[in-house]
Amino acid sequence: MRQQSLLRHAGQRLLGVLPTLLLLITVVFFLMRIAPGGPFDSEKALPPDIQANLEAKYHLDEPLLQQYFRYLGQILVLDFGPSFQYKDWTVNELIAQGFPVSLTIGGFAMLLGFLVGVTVGVLSALRQNTAADYATMGFAMLGVSIPNFVVAPVLILLFAVYAGWLPAGGWDGGWRSAVLPVITLALPVIAYIARLMRGSMIEMLHSNFIRTARAKGLPEWHVILRHALKPALLPVISYMGPATAALITGSVVIERIFAIPGLGSYFVQGALNRDYTLVMGVVIFYGFLIIMLNFIVDMLYSILNPKIRYEER
Amino acid sequence: MALLEVRDLQVSFETPDGTVEAVRGIDFSLQPGEGLAIVGESGSGKSQAMLAMLGLLAENGSASGVARYRGQDLMAMTPPQLNAHRGKDIAMIFQDPMTSLNPYLSIERQMVEVVRHHQGLGRREAQTHAVEMLRAVRIPDPEQRIKQYPHEFSGGMRQRILIAMGLLCEPAILIADEPTTALDVTVQAQIAALVREVVARSGMASILITHDLGVVAGVSDKVMVMYAGQVVEYGTTEQIYHHPQHPYTRGLIASVPRLDQVDDRQLHAIPGNPPNLLDLPQGCSFRERCGAAFEACGAAPELAAAGQGQQVRCHLERDA
Repeated sequence: MRQQSLLRHAGQRLLGVLPTLLLLITVVFFLMRIAPGGPFDSEKALPPDIQANLEAKYHLDEPLLQQYFRYLGQILVLDFGPSFQYKDWTVNELIAQGFPVSLTIGGFAMLLGFLVGVTVGVLSALRQNTAADYATMGFAMLGVSIPNFVVAPVLILLFAVYAGWLPAGGWDGGWRSAVLPVITLALPVIAYIARLMRGSMIEMLHSNFIRTARAKGLPEWHVILRHALKPALLPVISYMGPATAALITGSVVIERIFAIPGLGSYFVQGALNRDYTLVMGVVIFYGFLIIMLNFIVDMLYSILNPKIRYEER
Repeated sequence: MALLEVRDLQVSFETPDGTVEAVRGIDFSLQPGEGLAIVGESGSGKSQAMLAMLGLLAENGSASGVARYRGQDLMAMTPPQLNAHRGKDIAMIFQDPMTSLNPYLSIERQMVEVVRHHQGLGRREAQTHAVEMLRAVRIPDPEQRIKQYPHEFSGGMRQRILIAMGLLCEPAILIADEPTTALDVTVQAQIAALVREVVARSGMASILITHDLGVVAGVSDKVMVMYAGQVVEYGTTEQIYHHPQHPYTRGLIASVPRLDQVDDRQLHAIPGNPPNLLDLPQGCSFRERCGAAFEACGAAPELAAAGQGQQVRCHLERDA
């Protein structure tokens, strides 16, 4: 019964994704066109007939609305079109090339951030207001506030230049080239999750139902892991949805510093070059990921929290 | 040997405003099967004394004294040693059933874990046992309802579940901390009757914490009246009802609304408020609210025998 209502809710939510995506596509499409400049503008103006030929080739000579509906038609068959800037590449190909790299690094960073952050947060909560707790939370505050373009060069100096254990940059698909970017990306996540987890764990440990669990004579680890951990994880889970989307779509800064061919740099390059199709493709892809990850978080929430019930309307 | 023997139990809390002396040395003993009621208003220390015994004080609380369960001092035990007794020999039911069950776990998980942990039963046997207990506290359709979560039950039902949970291991002592306070008035009577019934049926000793002398009758053999962290009167239920000696006890009894005195339109209340535990007055703690206070009350009275086992902490009432 519960499973059924969960599935029905999942279906409804998935249908609700479509209008959101359509809105996203529309807003981004027209915003890009409002921005001054175009994909073929350069310092030296092109001869008018070449410019006209180029625009005709990419249908830029058509009325805007016609272009919009043409684009929507393409999206329906999941074709993001050719890139304006990276000649001979379609946007689909660029995403297919960049995303796996960003996904690998971002995914591992999120996993590391979650595991270490939750562990540190719980331990801190259990030693609340001790020196160890203050020290850990102090580090976490640093982790949140130091930007990654500071952390990355320091890590490169320490582990690549001085110690020589790891490559300073580049991407060969092996674990060695992933270590430093993953750690750099994970540090603020660890710090944030640790603080979040500590707070919610402390709140749980003061709740009446934890007192009941203690009064039942259950061992302390059982009280923590079985009774307090699950509710304390809820705020972390809701943070992780959008955070994961941000991490796996690639960080421009990290990709620049470590010379990683991920998705993040295409996004920035595309926007600067007025590469309409590339920006549209990456934005829609990113939006889709955020929506899906939020959907997954919602589903996790309703599985973790029995109070959330989805009744038929 | 007494089942439970408490000597000079003290509880204090460190707060930003200073040290709160919540319990200032209480003594009592409990025989097997005996019922004790601890009566007093909010803040009199009655709940904290019980929580201290079970090692459940808040982090800023500390306790001293001796609480021997079958000769072993609970106060000197490490948490793992205490866990061998909590929930097994001594069970406690709390006053707020709405928040005392874990909202994220099914009733089944919360009940089964107790039996499995303390009695080493298998999952099946533990489930069967839990269902029986729910039936004993008259949860309808227990086989189905045990699968549900706390939010699917009313407050009264949740308190029944908590009572069933406390009874799972057939404890020697059941501590019920204001089990009816948070409930609707109509449900209060049912739960009070249920507590009375399970205590009578199982023959276990009970400690009933309440501010309402009206619910004591039928559950408890002895009554201990607490005021500002001290015992002010102790006696059998008979003695307390019919021969209350401390002015505070008399006030409490007068505050119980009675159906047989219809013409008495006004509810009786004790004037004033309990003293600030951060800054206790000199002398008798009840002096400022007491209609019978006189010069001697400037010195703190001792708890003294007042005939036939009754004890009272008052300068007026004691054996000549």
